[in-house]
Amino acid sequence: MKKIVLIVVVIIFGMQVHAQESNARATIEVDGVCLMCKERIEKAAIKTKGVKSAVWNVETHMLSLIYDERKTSLPLIHESVAAAGHDTKEIIAPEKAYENLHACCKYRDASVVNEH
Amino acid sequence: MKKPIWFLLVCLCTQLVTAQKYISGIIYEVSERQTNIPLPGANVYWLNTEIGTITNTDGEFKIPYPKKYTQLIVSYVGFKTDTIQITEATEIKHWLLPESSLDAIVLQKRKQTAFRSLLQAQNVTMISSAELLKAACCNLAESFETNPSIDVNFPDALTGTRQIRMLGLTSPYTLITLENIPAVRGASQIYGLSFVPGTWVESIQISKGAGSVVNGYESIAGQINAELQKPATDENFFLNAYAGNDGRFELNNHLNFKLNEKWYTGLYLHGNLRDSKMENNDDGFLDMPLAKQLNVMNRWQYMDAKKGFVGFLNVRYLRDEKQIGQVDFNPDTDKFTANSWGGKINTQRAEASLKLGYVFPEIPYQSLGVQMSYSDHRQDAYFGFNVYDIHHKSLYTNLFFSSIIGDSRHNFKTGISISYDDYEELVIETAYNRTENSIGGFFEYSYDNLGDLNVNLGMRVDHHNRIGTFVTPRIHARYTPWEKAALKASFGRGVRTPSIFAENQQFFSSSRSISIRDSGGNFYGLDAEDAWNYGVSFLQGFRIFNREADITFDFYRTDFVNQIVVDWEDPQQVVFYNLDGTSFANSFQTEVNLSPAERVDVRISYRLFDVQTDYLSGRQQKPLTPKHRFFINAGYESRIKENGSHWKFDATYNWLSAQRFPATFTNPEAFRLSENTPHLNTVNAQITKVFSSKFEIYVGGENITNVRQNNPIVSADNPFGPYFDTTFVYGPIFGSMYYTGLRWKF
Repeated sequence: MKKIVLIVVVIIFGMQVHAQESNARATIEVDGVCLMCKERIEKAAIKTKGVKSAVWNVETHMLSLIYDERKTSLPLIHESVAAAGHDTKEIIAPEKAYENLHACCKYRDASVVNEH
Repeated sequence: MKKPIWFLLVCLCTQLVTAQKYISGIIYEVSERQTNIPLPGANVYWLNTEIGTITNTDGEFKIPYPKKYTQLIVSYVGFKTDTIQITEATEIKHWLLPESSLDAIVLQKRKQTAFRSLLQAQNVTMISSAELLKAACCNLAESFETNPSIDVNFPDALTGTRQIRMLGLTSPYTLITLENIPAVRGASQIYGLSFVPGTWVESIQISKGAGSVVNGYESIAGQINAELQKPATDENFFLNAYAGNDGRFELNNHLNFKLNEKWYTGLYLHGNLRDSKMENNDDGFLDMPLAKQLNVMNRWQYMDAKKGFVGFLNVRYLRDEKQIGQVDFNPDTDKFTANSWGGKINTQRAEASLKLGYVFPEIPYQSLGVQMSYSDHRQDAYFGFNVYDIHHKSLYTNLFFSSIIGDSRHNFKTGISISYDDYEELVIETAYNRTENSIGGFFEYSYDNLGDLNVNLGMRVDHHNRIGTFVTPRIHARYTPWEKAALKASFGRGVRTPSIFAENQQFFSSSRSISIRDSGGNFYGLDAEDAWNYGVSFLQGFRIFNREADITFDFYRTDFVNQIVVDWEDPQQVVFYNLDGTSFANSFQTEVNLSPAERVDVRISYRLFDVQTDYLSGRQQKPLTPKHRFFINAGYESRIKENGSHWKFDATYNWLSAQRFPATFTNPEAFRLSENTPHLNTVNAQITKVFSSKFEIYVGGENITNVRQNNPIVSADNPFGPYFDTTFVYGPIFGSMYYTGLRWKF
């Protein structure tokens, strides 16, 4: 009986581990306004260990990600992007990081958004 | 006993709790042509959350379904974003409508027909099909008239073949590929470009400087790649008819069919004919050859986006006949006699090629590719009493794998290439046969820091049965110093095996004696050609007249370690020998592209060439290479009406400075030429009336100012004498030429 329980437990844990993908895909919304923002957002995301591909669309504000679930997670990616100065749906960028952005990138300012 | 069971039950319960419900479905786009076009890459996410996904290549998606969320958003650029109310986990099928307001934006920002890439590490200019329509462009050799990076010249006064030049060096030093498979080489070096009809070409990419290691070791000055039309994207029916007042008629017909969701096929037909004798400069010789050509291609395209496979299979057959020489020459009665001087060049070419690509479905940055090509090219020709036959069989295989290292900033491509070439030549009375084979491996690493730097490092190692083992490194870098600027640099080595007779056929149409200074090498007694090319390029985008413009500065230098020197400084002979000393080509180019008014495009370019070689007689400038070239092209497109009708106007002006004639002072005075040619001005223009997206008519003129080289043929009245020579060509032979044509498609 003990042996059977052990085998079943191992199988269940095995299934848990198997559920983590090395090429997980996700899309998150990140605020930005121009091609310079695109460069900054993609760079911040891809510099996060475990992120394999990051493509941000200027029009839809969606950041398409391919990342290794075993090495990183979505919350960590949100942190990296926000730390670079760009608000995401989950995390607001720290004031200092936003202030450091180039004038034409200040996406929180309605007048800057209109110019693009 | 109880404890383990509880433990087991707890584990099972947590499994049930974490086992999520999913909602899946397919997103389609609404289109007039078909009802069920899946939309890959569409965003599907729950409103006000970051739980989302993107549809795969089949438009399918699967997203976790936490019961509390009810609004599912589906969006994609160019389409109206939709909100779907979800109450239960059913299969979703949803159609997105295109956003009509996006059309206005597309019209205002016209796409440039030819543009240089700001982002690529290599210095690439892309010529689109719209640019190819600006000139007569009957075949690939004539498709560079509106682009200053490639020069076109006539190597002889008889065959009417155009030869291209890049960075001051003739076409053998440029790798010419068709869909990235080396194509115009060996036996087809001189006429190969004229064997690709202009309408078959979808786009052309011109890369300056040593190309990528992926395509082989042969490129020295650069690479020209022509993409052909693809059955899935080309028109179902296309017809082009052309007629020129130089007696040339052409007909092109494309027929494309969709067999099912995955298979497409296309039949491409081309025929041309010139059967009227044109002689306008009173030298007794035909200004343009009598010609006829039949060219057929069948393409098969396979696309299985779900599994990630893409494939192309091409089969081509060509038959081309040219007759050159004196007007009264009759091939049936005068061949190999002294009645009249003439020649015939008959070519038959059959070719099959296969390209397969596989993109790993979940990993779009990882792919496998296979390229295979076989060609059999046979030319039987005679020029007066000079016979030149060549039979060239060629097999090429390239396998490569591409992926990332860690993340998409670090890309690599690696693979193996195998090639086999068999040559059988008869040169006047001597037979030259040889077989070449090579096997090589390559690795190219590419770094893109998603911002200001992009670097390509490539290395190739090849073993060739007649050259031995050698490496060809290639490095390209692009740096963006500030907005809209690109600073590019390249450095690399190219090695090529010479086909000295196939590449210099113009000398058969002369009384020169042809000889080789044998050095014991493996190619006609000579060695392979070997050169290093390096250069820098700076591109700056700016705004003028409230529109986008750009200016480019290029400088490239090619240094030959070995070159097969073609020495025709003695008018009585042409001698081939290995370079002993220095041979280089310096090329400087500046180009400005701007739009001074709405729908008007102007391109201006100036180039400086300094090409010098150490001949046995000393260092000389390369003959018949102009030092300075000035180019200006202007185009205007009228406003497009509701029914699609509009006008297109295009004009090109070229100025070439004086060129050095090869020495002729040992000839008797009557057969001597001056030291330099005069400078030249030529003008081309074309007007197109587009009636609708289905039909257009065009009219144009080449060399409108009727500039002609006087007496291009030396000793034309005594072609069997010792001074006959048709190779001193520096400008147009045929004066102004007018043409008209129509294009019909649906």
